[in-house]
Amino acid sequence: MAKLTIDGIEVEVPNGSTVIQAAEAAGIEIPRFCYHERLSVAGNCRMCLVEIEKMPPKPVASCGQPVADGMVVHTDSEMVRKGRRGVMEFLLINHPLDCPICDQGGECDLQDEAVAYGRDTSRYEDDKRSVAQPDWGPLVRTTMTRCIHCTRCVRFTTEVAGVAEIGGTFRGESTKISTYVEKALSSELSGNIIDLCPVGALTSKPYAFTARPWELRKTDSIDVLDALGSNIRIDARGAEVLRILPRINDDVNEEWLGDKSRFSVDGLKRRRLDRPWIRENGKLRAASWEEAFAAIAGKVKATAPQKLGALAGDLADVESMLALKEFFAAMGSKNIDCRVDGASFDASKRAFYLFNTTIAGIEDADALLIIGSNPRHEAPVLNARIRKHWLDGGFKIGVVGRAQNLTYEFDHVGDGPQALQALLDGTHPFADVLKAAARPMIILGAGALARPDGAAIHAAAWQLAARFNMLSTDWHGFNLLHHAAARVGALDLGFLPGEGAMDAKAMLSGGAEVLWLLGADAQAVRNIPAHSFVVYQGHHGDAGAARADVILPGAAYTEKDGTYVNTEGRVQQAYIAVKPPGDAREDWRILRAISAYLGHALPYDTLAQLRDHLRAQYPVFAEAFRRFAGTDATGPAGAAALGSGAFAPLLANYYQTDVISRSSPTMAACVATHYPVAEAAE
Amino acid sequence: MSQHAEPTSFAFHADSLKLVEKAIAKYPEGRQMSAVKTLLDIAQRQMEQDTGSAWLPRAAMDVVAACLGVAPIRVYEVATFYTMFNLEPVGKYHLQLCTTTPCWLRGSDDVVAACKKATGIKNFGETSADGMFTLKEVECLGACVNAPILQVNDDYFEDMDAARTTALIEDLKAGKPLPPAGSLAGRMSSAPAPGQTSLRSNPSAGE
Repeated sequence: MAKLTIDGIEVEVPNGSTVIQAAEAAGIEIPRFCYHERLSVAGNCRMCLVEIEKMPPKPVASCGQPVADGMVVHTDSEMVRKGRRGVMEFLLINHPLDCPICDQGGECDLQDEAVAYGRDTSRYEDDKRSVAQPDWGPLVRTTMTRCIHCTRCVRFTTEVAGVAEIGGTFRGESTKISTYVEKALSSELSGNIIDLCPVGALTSKPYAFTARPWELRKTDSIDVLDALGSNIRIDARGAEVLRILPRINDDVNEEWLGDKSRFSVDGLKRRRLDRPWIRENGKLRAASWEEAFAAIAGKVKATAPQKLGALAGDLADVESMLALKEFFAAMGSKNIDCRVDGASFDASKRAFYLFNTTIAGIEDADALLIIGSNPRHEAPVLNARIRKHWLDGGFKIGVVGRAQNLTYEFDHVGDGPQALQALLDGTHPFADVLKAAARPMIILGAGALARPDGAAIHAAAWQLAARFNMLSTDWHGFNLLHHAAARVGALDLGFLPGEGAMDAKAMLSGGAEVLWLLGADAQAVRNIPAHSFVVYQGHHGDAGAARADVILPGAAYTEKDGTYVNTEGRVQQAYIAVKPPGDAREDWRILRAISAYLGHALPYDTLAQLRDHLRAQYPVFAEAFRRFAGTDATGPAGAAALGSGAFAPLLANYYQTDVISRSSPTMAACVATHYPVAEAAE
Repeated sequence: MSQHAEPTSFAFHADSLKLVEKAIAKYPEGRQMSAVKTLLDIAQRQMEQDTGSAWLPRAAMDVVAACLGVAPIRVYEVATFYTMFNLEPVGKYHLQLCTTTPCWLRGSDDVVAACKKATGIKNFGETSADGMFTLKEVECLGACVNAPILQVNDDYFEDMDAARTTALIEDLKAGKPLPPAGSLAGRMSSAPAPGQTSLRSNPSAGE
């Protein structure tokens, strides 16, 4: 630890820290453009100048200056202020005065710092330089004339995203941040460079010229487009969600967000179900809530409880799933399931279906085996965490499944489940890597469990964990990486078929005469036989609504207070940002209303009552988040033999995976850009 | 930027490959990127051999990136930074004329005019109609003592003036080879132009 004095405040920081970090610890803000705490230090903007006593009498860039014991730093002396004013004047020489038409206006670091350090007039009489606007794809809008060459975007794409496509080309006056060969950025995290850009050089293309930041109503929420539960902020104006930005949560998403989660917002305004619909003579017609309830009641009352079924989709919140479960229990039906993808595995213990190592825990591991998963597509922010740890060195990674560019190097252990057997037998060399590791971990993709031999794969993966020292008192190396945001919450609720009841497959293939789909939109719902009466409760007109006999309009994740449990079992709260459109209602309220209509009124009238009930019935929702110890090595049941087919990718493409992203024109543009061949083949 | 045809492929010849391997072997494992400028130079010289124009097509930079195991953008960054790497085809003779202060004080404006007149090039950065010459303005070449300097391909020609420049270019046009590099005023290195001013006799020869 080094003790130093900054502006008279004494702080103690670890050796190897920089002066800017020490100042942060002392609560002193130092202006900066190029420095970013999650990127490497570049030291090229020179805005963070400070004065340090007993050093050469000149200002020092604090971002690159290591601390030393006894250092005395001044961050607001005359020398510092003069230095920063000089830096600002140089930065503004070529920066255009187009703040009134710049999307960054109001949230621009350069604008803010110019207030503090800028001159009121320019002494520069020559022409400002101008730079061409390259096309970086459908997400990032470039106005490179505004660029101040901080290289944050270069460092982010190279270091965090792992796709080195941007660089600083040419030199001097001609310096350009560019891809050199003009192309769309191929990262799933490219939107983050918009947040990182301290000026208006990189802005959001879909959001261009939409709103000013001070017009927006900001709501904290949780992302549901993958199972990571990234913390987000929803910016809305009136009844419209205009953009989504990440919030900082070091345990989950640090401060990054995947492109799908960030840019699917325009899907929230399209193909919405804003009123109930009833199918009559094969055609859907608009109806009132009363008519819709009457149609459902007529059918439900005429059906035996054993023939009623309910499926919870991938985006559902815990509250509505609880209401649905208890509604069906009240009617006497145990036919409920959340695994619309047809997966069947032993979910009797929480550790069997959680990402037990935790996302932040990845950084404590020293070996990783990925089974049947492409984390780059299924959870890009988690993949960035794996890459971050891999860059630190000493992190050996093996992949069972298709070998793809995951942004880090790995040993390709095999294509299918037979590779798991080889590892268990110790015949594959990667077994030695796992054996030698002190804290190895496994990531099993949830997609692998949807195979016919899913339960066996689940059991084999657990066996691997038990065999290779992954289960101990202070370490749990067995991880299931879900893709559906609702899944862990549903499993925690036990949203699974009861004793002798039908599972998702049986219900979808005609076992249920009345089938309630709570946002269940898997492609399988298209093939529900005609004799099933389908109630679709959801927010987008997609596969489920197309097959439905009655449609009940629900709320999307931005339109309701909801609880979500992420893949590591973290219970998180999302808040309502805007009201659902038209006649649509929050989902648990719909279920509460229909339950009363059918004479099985659920025992809660308000969200607070529902949540009290939830916490009382399922204590896991009341507990603080903690990492599991791997002391219980009893594995999940799964006696069947492993199949031989190779693991297939869970997602055909990254950008369109659910009703919201499928409705988004921005995501459609991304697919057209990044999957041109696949598009042509369709 | 002028429009030019980019070749679709590039491959190092066997003799270039030997140089490439030697250059990479100089650096420890994991530091191969250090050889990037050498490799770009080898590629540019091979292009000169093959096509008569010393330049770096994008395909060549991609091959260099593959040799070094780095992303292509890392190579583009280096190649665009240095004026010695030509990103567009150049003439057989690449005239790089220094116009920085010492050369300018010593009359580089006349040399510029002479170059333009003799080659028919209108502006810096252009190539003559016959494809023989490309004229570029460069910053200090570091030989100010014999200013003005005109660099033709790898060689410095010093003490230039309009007449010497015109004569040099006309000779090249006539198919003559480049004269020996150095001062065209006839002096040795940067010895005094009027002849030796000291050490005219051998002091150790005695009285």
